[in-house]
Amino acid sequence: MRKLSYKTNKINNTNFLTLLIPFSLWIFLLIVLPHIELIKYSFSKKTGEFTLGNYLHFFKNTLYLNTYIRSAIFSLIVTCITFLLGFPLAFFVTKMATPKLRNIVMLLIILPFWISELIQVFAWVVMMRETGIISYFFQKIGLSSHNIELLYNDIAIGVGLVYTSILFMVIPIISTLSTLDDSLIEAAYDLGASFWNVLTEVAIPYAAPGIATGSIMVFMLTLGNFISVTLLGGKNSLWFTEQIYNQFILRFNWHQGSAFGILLLILSSLLVWGGLKITKQGMAEVLK
Amino acid sequence: MKKFQGASFFKGVYYTYVFLFLMYLLTPLLITAILAFNDNSAVSFPWKGFTFRWFFSNTPGSEGVFGEKRMMDAIGMSLKVASMVTVLATLLGISNAFLFERRDFFGKQFLYLLMLLPLIIPGVVLGISILSFSHRLSSFFNVVFGRKAGSFLNPGYWLVVFGQMSFITTLATLVITARLRRFDRTLEEAAMDLGANNMTAVILITLRFLAPAIFNAAVVAFLFSFNNFNTTYFLIGTEPTLPVLLYSRLRFGITPQINAVSVMLMFVTGLLGLLSVFSSGEKKQIRQK
Repeated sequence: MRKLSYKTNKINNTNFLTLLIPFSLWIFLLIVLPHIELIKYSFSKKTGEFTLGNYLHFFKNTLYLNTYIRSAIFSLIVTCITFLLGFPLAFFVTKMATPKLRNIVMLLIILPFWISELIQVFAWVVMMRETGIISYFFQKIGLSSHNIELLYNDIAIGVGLVYTSILFMVIPIISTLSTLDDSLIEAAYDLGASFWNVLTEVAIPYAAPGIATGSIMVFMLTLGNFISVTLLGGKNSLWFTEQIYNQFILRFNWHQGSAFGILLLILSSLLVWGGLKITKQGMAEVLK
Repeated sequence: MKKFQGASFFKGVYYTYVFLFLMYLLTPLLITAILAFNDNSAVSFPWKGFTFRWFFSNTPGSEGVFGEKRMMDAIGMSLKVASMVTVLATLLGISNAFLFERRDFFGKQFLYLLMLLPLIIPGVVLGISILSFSHRLSSFFNVVFGRKAGSFLNPGYWLVVFGQMSFITTLATLVITARLRRFDRTLEEAAMDLGANNMTAVILITLRFLAPAIFNAAVVAFLFSFNNFNTTYFLIGTEPTLPVLLYSRLRFGITPQINAVSVMLMFVTGLLGLLSVFSSGEKKQIRQK
């Protein structure tokens, strides 16, 4: 008996190592060590000496600072808009539509969800550029006598960012709302609640974990966005990821670029952490 | 809820909103798809007749997708990257799921949070951190093992694969862990009581139970890899993936050839997306049984 348990134990230990080693290789070689390297780069000069210069350069230069703050605020606004537009849809799908209609709407939502962001943004370029579809139809129905350029402004960026990220808000909310018992909503109505009461007192509190997941996803996608921002906003879209790209690829200044990368990471972590604190959610639950 | 309570006017407004939302979601994509078949190089209306030339033409200067080598190469590169990432990330996902669901060890909570971390790191930051680290590692290999030992870590195929794996592995792990958590361990024990050893039980019983989730994880991994831009952009060498090639094209102006690629991508990703939905739908059925 003793011999047997020793044997199983040994099997379990080798087994444990064969599970732990691939995980460790992945997380250390692809996540932990690269970020340590990034931090080292951000605190050194091209010659390799230690410096705070890369960070000081950021704080002294109002363009960088403004771009940083602008990206953060813009991303928060986009997150709010996707919630305001997306929640009613999620509520419709889970609590109002008949099963047949629900399946149709779900299908129509899921298909665009999987289409590459690049194609989604391309579609909006086709719509909004000077010789694009919207401009064409405005002239066709006589609302304008010349081509209208709708691209290269903040509204174009906003439209694109909301479009490419809204389903990341809708789908987590749908999956939490679908477990909300309909009888709770009916009970609320029986007790005299209005639709608004049902939304704010029952559905939204219940969906909080889904909302937190969706908000984090949307915020991360927006803050880290590159395609929508540069293609719809043009050369001066003033987005922080663009500054990182410029430093790394155009100016080949990896040290400055690394400092920008770390600053972006700090910004996103702080806001995600703050969001989790406000909604009282844990990261492990939210990202499940 | 079928018997929705409220004024019919309100209901009308709500249904209109949903309709408009779906229009907003689908119109740009539909128009983009339609214009792929319009015999008009302006990527706009008016409609000048139906054509397949944006797919198949070989005319120099206005090649279709299949007529242009650079485009086909980029599609090939994306497929090669996505296949490798799918295989590696799914295998790692299975192994990680067993690690976190079946084992208790010191520091598990911490490692689990570490596993989730890639999801809240912006893709651009993943790209530059892996670029800097692989640069360091590659020069180290060159010094220690001779001139070109580290060259596989230069920007190019393997670096793109590693870069994408960094966060796609987390996605695969989460999909598979969610299903493993629902597995009834007595089934495994029953198999072992009947004489199966540990490994056989896992392969015959547990992995079969996990199959839909493994398939789902593979589809998710493939799509995220094939569509990835932010991380990939920093790690490509001379051969671009499809999104990177399309991006560089879009900066200089658009042609209906891009519409044609879009149609192909919509079709393939739509199909895969549906497969993923069905495989998770199957999951529910099994659970109910």
